Parts: sequence; structure tokens; C-alpha cells
Amino acid sequence: MAHASTAHLETSTGIDNRKLLMWFFLSSDCLFFGSFIAAYLLYRDRSLVGPYPEDLFDIPFTSVSAFVLLMSSVSMVLALAAIQRGNVRGMQIWLFTTAMLGALFIAGQVYEFTEFHHEGLSLSTNLFGTTFFVLTGFHGAHVTIGVLILLSLFVYSLRGGIQQKDSLNVELAGLYWHFVDIVWIVIFTLIYLVQP
Amino acid sequence: MATATVPRRSALGEALAGVRHAADENPGSLLGWLATVDHKKIGVLYGVSAFLLFLVGGLEALLMRTQLMFPNSDVLTNDQFNRLFTMHGVTMVFMVVMPLSAAFFNLMVPLMIGARDVAFPRLNAFSYWTFLGGAILINISFFTGDIFDGELGAPDGGWFGYAPLSLPEYTPGNGMDFYAIGLQILGLSSLAGGLNFAVTILNMRAPGMSLFRLPVFIWMTLVTSFLIIFAMPVIAVALFELTFDRLFEANFFNVDAGGNPILWQHMFWLFGHPEVYILILPAFGIISEILPTFSRKPLFGYAFVVFSGIAIGFMSWGVWVHHMYTTGLGTIANSAFGISTILIGVPTGVKIFNWMATMAGGSIRFKSPMMFAVGAVAMFTIGGLSGITHSMVPSDYQQQDSYYIVAHFHYVLFGGAILALFGGIIYWGPKFTGRLFNEPLAHIHFWVMLIGFNLTFFPMHVSGLLGMPRRVYTYDEGMGWDVWNLLSSLGAFCIALSVIVFIVNFVYSIMMKRGAVAGPDPWDARTLEWSITSPPPHYNFATIPQVHSLDDWWHQKYREDADGNVIPAMAGAALATEVAHGGDGGEEHGDEHHGDIHMPSPSFMPLIAALGIPIMGIGFIYDYALVPVGATLLLVGIYGWALEPATEED
Repeated sequence: MAHASTAHLETSTGIDNRKLLMWFFLSSDCLFFGSFIAAYLLYRDRSLVGPYPEDLFDIPFTSVSAFVLLMSSVSMVLALAAIQRGNVRGMQIWLFTTAMLGALFIAGQVYEFTEFHHEGLSLSTNLFGTTFFVLTGFHGAHVTIGVLILLSLFVYSLRGGIQQKDSLNVELAGLYWHFVDIVWIVIFTLIYLVQP
Repeated sequence: MATATVPRRSALGEALAGVRHAADENPGSLLGWLATVDHKKIGVLYGVSAFLLFLVGGLEALLMRTQLMFPNSDVLTNDQFNRLFTMHGVTMVFMVVMPLSAAFFNLMVPLMIGARDVAFPRLNAFSYWTFLGGAILINISFFTGDIFDGELGAPDGGWFGYAPLSLPEYTPGNGMDFYAIGLQILGLSSLAGGLNFAVTILNMRAPGMSLFRLPVFIWMTLVTSFLIIFAMPVIAVALFELTFDRLFEANFFNVDAGGNPILWQHMFWLFGHPEVYILILPAFGIISEILPTFSRKPLFGYAFVVFSGIAIGFMSWGVWVHHMYTTGLGTIANSAFGISTILIGVPTGVKIFNWMATMAGGSIRFKSPMMFAVGAVAMFTIGGLSGITHSMVPSDYQQQDSYYIVAHFHYVLFGGAILALFGGIIYWGPKFTGRLFNEPLAHIHFWVMLIGFNLTFFPMHVSGLLGMPRRVYTYDEGMGWDVWNLLSSLGAFCIALSVIVFIVNFVYSIMMKRGAVAGPDPWDARTLEWSITSPPPHYNFATIPQVHSLDDWWHQKYREDADGNVIPAMAGAALATEVAHGGDGGEEHGDEHHGDIHMPSPSFMPLIAALGIPIMGIGFIYDYALVPVGATLLLVGIYGWALEPATEED
């Protein structure tokens, strides 16, 4: 119902207000992650003491968790396609799948952080620890918020709150979800795969 | 996020809807103000809060000028002085000029584009309450020291907070924690506002209001909104890094761990230079509305003014190193940024020449808003010229960190922005209060302010060139600075006097209702907001106007005869009555329409959500136990927001 007051008005550009807002917000978020990534790249190889990335990174493990997050984008697409066809049941299944895949990714990150910590890397150990934990931590926070949004939509739809006409809600969550996913692809490539 | 029909309501939901209904029934009550989502009321809240903070920031300046009036004074200690100049800068930039501009965005944007409200009324309320929370958070830091012993707890690292100097090692105490977290909150508020106004301007325009029929003020608001959208995340990251360094022992700026000592400067000024255009572009917009109205001519070269504004927006991202010439980036970087800095003067110069050409040959009426606008153009030009002098690298080496820089940025931000904002208050205030300011008092306000301003800041050019550094709490006799400092301090009190004249004018004309009744169009102006009553009905336009041209309202009132002379349009022209319709009947007439115009209902959710944020901030500084409390409030606010209908059924 929240959108009813604006939905009946034609917008000047033809794009729904909330969708435009989401695009602008995501463009702003690009600079947010861009700044953290820039700080990481600036400090790469500048740590004075170990442990260093090559001592800790477990590329096969992180590749699997990156794959999990990528697959969650597929299930997100399927959730939106389902509700746009009016298939509430299908949307619920795929929303839940997406949220669970996201949660699995977060679990992987928690495991990775704990492992690194055991091996002697903390926020204050060196520049690598600082820039790595803060960058991936903020990404993890974005994923966690995304999981909360997906689960909220899921619970709400169980109460009958989301029908075919409300598919924009799912689309907006999807825009955010895909963005967070793309950011991970950039982080994974620049921080894990491209080693100097 | 989750919306659509709420299937059933809990008892709590019913109770909340009841309070909401009460707020809706009594819009003038405290409850009504706390829950308001009306852009005009939020604009008033922004304006009043920012003005009160202007008085706070001004008081800080007066204390500093009292200390510097004579050599070797001991009115303030060096520590107090550090905290005052930090808070003066932070307050004036983030809590005065930005929110005063936001007040004008709120008040004017829907009216000037022919809309009933902004795109996201509740997000708008959230912006305001978040701003207020952030402003209060930073200012209570004053009282965290032992204030009765004269010990202030406020931030003391300068408004730019240069790391690593702002790390706990060099800046102990909680002052800079308040700075980092408080600015983070203010940035969030600005970001929400920037997103809201970008969407509003692009999406909520009245039929026929194409982009190139938008008033220039709206264009400048749009450019400012995009600058906010892209600049705020950069400062957010810098502040997060500082916060992590200070509170959680991270190493972003820790030189001992290999950190880069100028990383902060790069990030701060990459944000900071777009920020100065965030401060000045709304003022340019106000000037561009006032000059044509009082010259009775269309703005000269509308497209040039718009495109130069857009050009400034883009170029503002490529000049930040001119704040950092002396950090040793090398000849090539300094030359490149010197050139880009000279180039950004071009679109700014375009605007100034267009304003002068607007006035040339016009039938100028020197009413008080016009005085402020012309004063702002003149003072900004002086500030722009001194700006060009420090775009030159060798010259900047001499001027860096001297009072010459202080003179420069006060000429652009006080002489440019503050004068224009006062002009805007006197020009548009009557639209919302229904009363005109007293004209002689407004003229006295203008002249005392203009003279006081020049008396304060012009001598700083001289003391700066004579070598007086910024941010020193005192100086010895015989440096050749005495007389210039005395003049600056006298000027500062002159400015304070002019502000008192403004307050007197406000109380007399507006609060005591002694000002002349404004009527819908007191200035015989050009844009849509003047086609409706003063104050406007809460739904703004009874009928959404159909726009046919730039300066549509003017063209409804006047046309040109065969010789090009402006003559009144035919009395009772169909179009004019159609648009003025909502204005004729006033409130009572409007109430008949209330049945079919559904305005968004008031909501407490933005306030609840915004309240959680400073509580979390205080929690991070003092006691982590408060963090979940704030987070819970934030979540309750967000979920309540998503689940309540934007417009309650009657």
C-alpha cells in the first residue's frame, strides 16, 4: 500500500520513483565501495609485518563461496520472473533460496574471518588486516542487509502481502542484490585473484 | 521495503494509527510537527534549526575574534581556541549552509515544479530528523569536558580533521570521535535528501515542465543533489576509516604501520571540493531567480547558466589537489590541477557575466532581496578572484594556511552563499508566512552586514599576506598584524549587529504580523510558486498546472506587443484563471477539494528511525550497550515505515 500514493501518478520520466531512487542509491554505493577498494589497492604490498595475503588466502574455498553468491543472483532472477507471472508460490521458493544462499555466503565469510584471526591477522595487525577486514566486512554487512530484506519479503508474502501487482518490491530487492553480487565479483577479482 | 495491503492489524498497529490520526487532525500541534511529512513544514524546520545553529557558529566566531582583537590576549586558551575554530567550521559548513540550502530545496522544489510534495515525503522527514540528531550529537561534545573548569570536549582537529593528526595519539579525548560519527550522521541525512530531490526533480514535474523549462534554482538543486549523491560516500568512507582507526585500532592512517599520511587529505578533498559547490550552487540558483524578477527581464542566457552549472558539477571532481599543493605531490600533479582550477573559473565567470547582462537594460527595482543578490554577486566575484590567485602553485605556497585563505573562502561562502541565502529568505519567506519583511529594516540589515562583512574579511587578505597563519590563538605585538586584526574583530561585531537587525525584522514583521500582507505575488515574479496563495494550501496546487514555457507564470501575466514592449496579458485570460484558481479561494476554498486530494499521512516512523542513529553513535563512543538500543529503534522505525500505509484511509 505504501506505493499507492505515487503509483497512480504518472512520473515525468516514466520510471517509478522508487526504482529511480534505487538506481541513484546504487550509483552512490559504487563510490562507497570504490573508495574502500582504492584504499586496499593503495596499501597492497605495503604491510610492514605479516601475515600477508598469500599466507592466508584459500582461493578454492573463496571461489566456492563466490559461486554460491553468484548462484543467488540466478535464484533472485527466478523469484522476480515468478511474481511477474503471478506465481506467488514460485516467488516464495526462490526468495527463500536466494536468502539462504546469501546466508551461506555470510557463513563462509564468518568462517574465513575466524580462520584468518586464528592465523594471526586482526584489524590492527597490519595494513592488510585493516583494509581487508573493513572492505570485506562492509560488503558482508551489505549482504546481511540484503538477506534481511529478502526474508522480510518472504515473510510478508506468506501473509499474502505480495501479489503480481506488487512485483516492483521484488524487483527493487533484486536490483540491490545483484549490485552487492557484482561488487563481490570486483572484490574477488581484485583482491583474491589478481595477486601482484 | 515490503509493502502492499496489510491483511490485518494488531492492537499495537491500531494504537499507532490512532496517534497518527491525531497528528493528522492537529497539524499545528507538537504531535503534528513531530510527524509531519509536508515539505513546507520540513523546510521550515530545516530553516529554523539551521538559523539557530548559525547563531551558535556565529557566537563561536565572535569568541575567536574577541581573543584575536588584540595581541597576546587571554580571553581563550589555545585549547579552547582550537575547539572553537573546529566547531565554527563544522557548524557553518554542515549545519548551517547545507541545511539552509536544504530548507530552500524543501520549500521551493515542489512549488516551482508544480508538484504537491516531494517524491518521498517520509524519507524527507527522516533526512531532517537525522540532521537534527547529528547536529545535537556534535554539539553536546562541548559538554563532555569539565566545562566549569573551562574545559571544552568539542573536536579540536580542524573542520578538515587531517589524519594522522586526528588519531588518538595526537588528538586525545573523545572530541574527534564526535566529529567522525557526527559528520557521518549529517552525511547520511544529506545523502537521503540528495536522493529524494534528484528523484523529485526528474520525476514529479508538472505536465509541460520539460527539463529546459525548469527554473534555474531547480537546475542548481538537481546538480547539487547529484554532487551530494556522489560526494557523500567518499567522505563516509574517510570518516569510517578514521572511526575504525580511533575506536578499533585499525591502521588506515597509522604511519608507523606503513600508512600513507596524505590518504586522508586525498579523500577529504575529493569530497571537499565538490562540497564547496554543494554549498554555493544553491546560492547561485537563488541569485538566478531574484535578479530576473527585480530586473523585469528573463535571465540572460538561460541555457548558458544551466550548462555552466552542470560543467561546474563535473569539473568540481578534478580540482581537489589545489588544497594539497604543499604536500609535495610534484610538479606535474600540481600543474595539472592548477590548470583545472583555472578552468573551473570559466563556467563560474559565465554565470557572473550572465547575471550582469540580466540586469543590463532592465527596469531594476532595488528591493531588499535584489540588494542581497547583487551584493552576493559582487562579493562572490572578489572571492573568486582571490581564488584564482591561489590556483597558481607558487602563489599558493605563500598563501597556504595563512589568513589570506580565510579571507578567500569567507568571501565565497559568506559573501556568496550567506548573503544569497538571506536574499532568498526575504524573497521567498513571504510566500510561506504571508507577510513581507519590513523593507527599511531589511535594507539596514543588508548594509550593516555588507559593511561588517568587508570590514571583517578584507583586512584578512592583508594580515594573511603579511604572514599571519590561520588557527593560531594569539600573536605578538610588532608583527604588523595588530591593526588588521582589530579591524576584523570590529567587523565581526558589526555582522552580529546586522543579524540582530534581521531577528528584529523577523519578530516585528512575521511573528508580530506587522509586515505588509504579501498576497500571492508580491514581487511580480516569474515562476509557478507565485501563482498560488501565500501561505500555500497544504496540497500546494488545487489543479496541477499545465506548463507552456520557461517563466510560465510571467507569460500568463504579460505578453509582448508588436514593438517588443511588455504589456499585461488580456484580463481574465483562460489560462491564468485556471492556474490561479487554487489561489483565489485560499484555504477555505481548498478544503472543498480536500476530499479528492489525498496527501500522504503524517508518520512518526522517520523520527523513530532517525532517533536510533545518534544513540548508536553515542554507544560507539561511550558504551557498546547503547548500540543495540539504537539499532533496535532504527529497525522498528524502518519496519513500521514499510508496513504502515503512506496514506491512511479516512
